[in-house]
Amino acid sequence: MRSRFPNKWLPYLLLLPTLALCAIFLYYPVIQTFRLSTYRAILMGLHRKYVGFENYVRLFTSSDYIHSLTITFIFAVGVVVLGLSISLAIALLANHKIKGARFYRLLLIWPYALSPAVAGSIWLFLLNPTAGVVNYFMKSLFGISPDWLTDGRLALLAVTIAAMWKNLGYNIVFFLAGLQNLPGEILEAAKVDGAGPWTTFWRVTFPLLSPTTFFLLIMNLIYAFFGGFGLIMVMTEGGPNKATNILIFNLYQDAFRFHKWGLAAAQSVILFIMVVALTLIQFRTTGRRVHYGGQ
Amino acid sequence: MAASKRSPYWYRKKAMFVLLHLGLIISAFLISSPVLFALIKSTQTTAQIFSYPPTFAIGPAAPENYAIAWRDYHLGRLMLNTFIIAGAVTVGKTLMSLFAALALVYFDFPLKNLLFIFVLITLMMPIPVRIVPLFDLVRSFGWGNTHWALVIPFLASATGVFLFRQHFMSIPASLVDAARVDGVGPMRFLWQILVPMSMNTVGALAVIQFVYIWNQYLWPLIIIASNEKQMIQIGLKMLTGAGPEGMLNWGVAMAGTIITMLPPLIVFLLLQEQFMRGFALAEEK
Repeated sequence: MRSRFPNKWLPYLLLLPTLALCAIFLYYPVIQTFRLSTYRAILMGLHRKYVGFENYVRLFTSSDYIHSLTITFIFAVGVVVLGLSISLAIALLANHKIKGARFYRLLLIWPYALSPAVAGSIWLFLLNPTAGVVNYFMKSLFGISPDWLTDGRLALLAVTIAAMWKNLGYNIVFFLAGLQNLPGEILEAAKVDGAGPWTTFWRVTFPLLSPTTFFLLIMNLIYAFFGGFGLIMVMTEGGPNKATNILIFNLYQDAFRFHKWGLAAAQSVILFIMVVALTLIQFRTTGRRVHYGGQ
Repeated sequence: MAASKRSPYWYRKKAMFVLLHLGLIISAFLISSPVLFALIKSTQTTAQIFSYPPTFAIGPAAPENYAIAWRDYHLGRLMLNTFIIAGAVTVGKTLMSLFAALALVYFDFPLKNLLFIFVLITLMMPIPVRIVPLFDLVRSFGWGNTHWALVIPFLASATGVFLFRQHFMSIPASLVDAARVDGVGPMRFLWQILVPMSMNTVGALAVIQFVYIWNQYLWPLIIIASNEKQMIQIGLKMLTGAGPEGMLNWGVAMAGTIITMLPPLIVFLLLQEQFMRGFALAEEK
């Protein structure tokens, strides 16, 4: 049993600022979001009228919202699958004990500090048809010059690549940490048994690493749902023709451009349900982990 | 030694070594190349930027491009605002999380676990799931278009409470006994014993918080209306929007982008050891 300080009131006083701010700026607005989602804003948001579940019905019968859901799903799967495979491959390389390992590690993870908007600004330039460099290579190598940000499908691909690139540093940090904590004896035993590197990876390393992979899967999904806003804002503003209008951007437009408060609140509730589901899955499987977003 | 020089084993090992370094150098280059490209182009004149085939040499226009970005787009002002806000939030969050974790680990009181869970649940409440009522609430306090709106709602930190609580629980309990025998009260115990022992966690949390606040986009975009109070990420949109003559000056835009990314990058590089030790690597154990 750990010994404690005896004060009766001091612990409450120490917790008070955190508890009060959580209640005021986190719990209260979330509860209000549920309430607001049953109202409809009229006259540009100046008045409102109770409508029950109408906002939800409107969302799920609107082809625009279904489209937004679909492309968010494609965007998220792209960010997760591309991002995790590339960063795992790089982490496996960087996990060897060689000269300069620390220096390499730093060179690989530093984009962690970049913002989605910075990533968007850089990729906007890279993909620019006249000044950018991507199409120069495309033309020299394959003889094509794609219209990255004016063709809907390519624009979705472009924002997916930019968002995936921005998160590589974060993923590599966690894969490296996971790899360094693998039990050495088991890997050694596999080697003694004559397993080649390919077999060792798929039969031993990858299964042992699955808690880290799963943690990163959830974190990358949350990142794709919420972190992409600045990037979309700088690169495409949801266009062309809504091709990159992911859920968070749709929510922003409905709330702060069209003043449809009720409809926007219903979209917040849907996002909240997604986050709760993802967090619960993560807590059940990896337990002690926590969402390191910065909140 | 079986692996004498020039044996097949020696060649294989040498080849592996070269391939490994080559792989790492290529990976590091590919990850960094978008930023390197932006950095090079931020030094070039418009003619160089639009030249075909593109040139990858450092150009002569760096002073001009950076000066225009800094002056004409008020990046200095935006940067100062962002520094004040990110600094205030980082310091405030660290203090509040230290206090809360001290209460949770070194005191016994009713409802302790429930209160910890109450804080932890806020991890599921990112800004977008409460944005409309939060916007109304903050404006009803008269904080619309003020820096209060960018600081106060962000001071409670579930991540911070969680990390400090976990770290404090790994510190031997005998320390509290020794402190109490010496007549050291809880607050002195926090400042003189716990905090010096928690510098990795403090550093890791500072990196996460500073980077998070510096890189924020959605909330400042909607709550701040005047340009002179705005945060720097929103300034990027002005840089990459078309200029007065309808043609974007990419050299200036990339100079502004480099300026915007530097402060969080510097914080990250300065505290990267603490970040790795106090956050990712330690977390696995």
